Amino acid sequence: MADTLLRTPLHDRHVALGARMVPFAGWEMPVQYEGVIPEHRAVRHDAGVFDVSPMGEIEVEGPRALELLQGLISSDLAKVEPGHARYTLLTNDEGGIVDDLIAYRLDEFRWLLVVNASNKDTDHAWIKEREISGSDVRDVSLEYALLAVQGPRAIARLGLPEAPRNTFAEETIDGVQTMVNRTGYTGEDGCEILCMAEDAERLWDAIVARGVTPCGLGARDTLRLEAGLALHGNDISPDTDAISAGLGWTCALDKQFTGVEELRRIKGEGAARKLVAFVMEERAIPRHGMAIDGGGEVTSGTHSPTLDVGIGMGYVPSGSADVGTELSIDVRGNARRARVVKKPFYTREG
Amino acid sequence: MAAAESYPEDLKYNDEHDWARIDGGEAVLGITWFAADSLGELVHFEPPAAGAAIVKDESYGEVESVKAVSDLIAPLSGEVLEVNQRVVDAPETVNEDPYGDGWLIRIRLSDPSEVDALLDLAAYKQVLVEQ
Repeated sequence: MADTLLRTPLHDRHVALGARMVPFAGWEMPVQYEGVIPEHRAVRHDAGVFDVSPMGEIEVEGPRALELLQGLISSDLAKVEPGHARYTLLTNDEGGIVDDLIAYRLDEFRWLLVVNASNKDTDHAWIKEREISGSDVRDVSLEYALLAVQGPRAIARLGLPEAPRNTFAEETIDGVQTMVNRTGYTGEDGCEILCMAEDAERLWDAIVARGVTPCGLGARDTLRLEAGLALHGNDISPDTDAISAGLGWTCALDKQFTGVEELRRIKGEGAARKLVAFVMEERAIPRHGMAIDGGGEVTSGTHSPTLDVGIGMGYVPSGSADVGTELSIDVRGNARRARVVKKPFYTREG
Repeated sequence: MAAAESYPEDLKYNDEHDWARIDGGEAVLGITWFAADSLGELVHFEPPAAGAAIVKDESYGEVESVKAVSDLIAPLSGEVLEVNQRVVDAPETVNEDPYGDGWLIRIRLSDPSEVDALLDLAAYKQVLVEQ
């Protein structure tokens, strides 16, 4: 591991705003500016902006790009039209999740995969090794900055037209050329905006000037967890499969892709354990790695700023996965009661 | 609203960022502005039970923010006389008023001579400089 942390094109902006910087997947990133809770609330009630530039961008191009991706990725990408995006999984032979990502169909023969920062090199190598003639795989991560603008007022504050979820279009925002994707990781309306790295500061300044609150990694985690969205490395991993994780909806089991046989088998037999969402029924905050009585484990946990209670996700034996089941969580030696609930914890209005 | 940075002259401190307000054979304990600010807004206080014995330099409870858990390290030994229920119900009180409404517990000292080993304000400020 290199000792030097990478810096996004917005590093100076974060420091100037007084952000608390922490290491994240080899990058030096803001965990918070004002505080996790006010930033969380800004996104739930108005709009917040996150620098998510460490996320990787992998371009797959060529007349056989679709054929290559169809064999590696869980969704049926033939159904994704140019201008549309799809949340999907890169899977291994055991049906495990190499990464979760968003696949953008730029045009007939060109795709952009936006992947997790910590998995970027693994993903790139995984796809590059399986490249076929007529497909070209390139890591273009450093060419771009990526800003997520999320919240009920995000689109209005940016002055953007309404557009369906999971679509994207080129837009000019205060003079900066961007690609605006109607996607996100907070459970709110909003978008993720790709721009050239050299334009990142100008775009950031324009967005902040429009009254959007800078938000750090801390709020990003509480928001995604309230929205019941999995975090790769915590809730899903190469050792967990999509069916057990409740991500079967991303898997086109009627096509051929890596690990599909195993996923069909798990689906047919029923998963032995399942990823569930739970709410604490006693004052306590569940954390990653805590044991759940009966052979389960917490994979993500936090204090929910919206619900003002401890919430989490974790794997439990399928017999304990039904909504309403009482769980007992080992909080540093103290047994604390929790109850399985339906995901998500939080749903936006409208 | 989080309080502005301050460290009262009349308190004793340890190098784990806990403070003690000594009053005869009793003391009120809490965490310093620095500790509260480092953690961020507190969302949970796991207190000891009233009547429990706490031991100097050992954990007597926990405070948590959204992101982190921190042990509370007792600056002094004693018996827990009272837990601040206001902080149990509204942990952010510690961020708002760390030396006033945000106190954590009140204890009866089991060894008042331990007070002599605590840091005064000047010594604690040196700890902060070295952070």
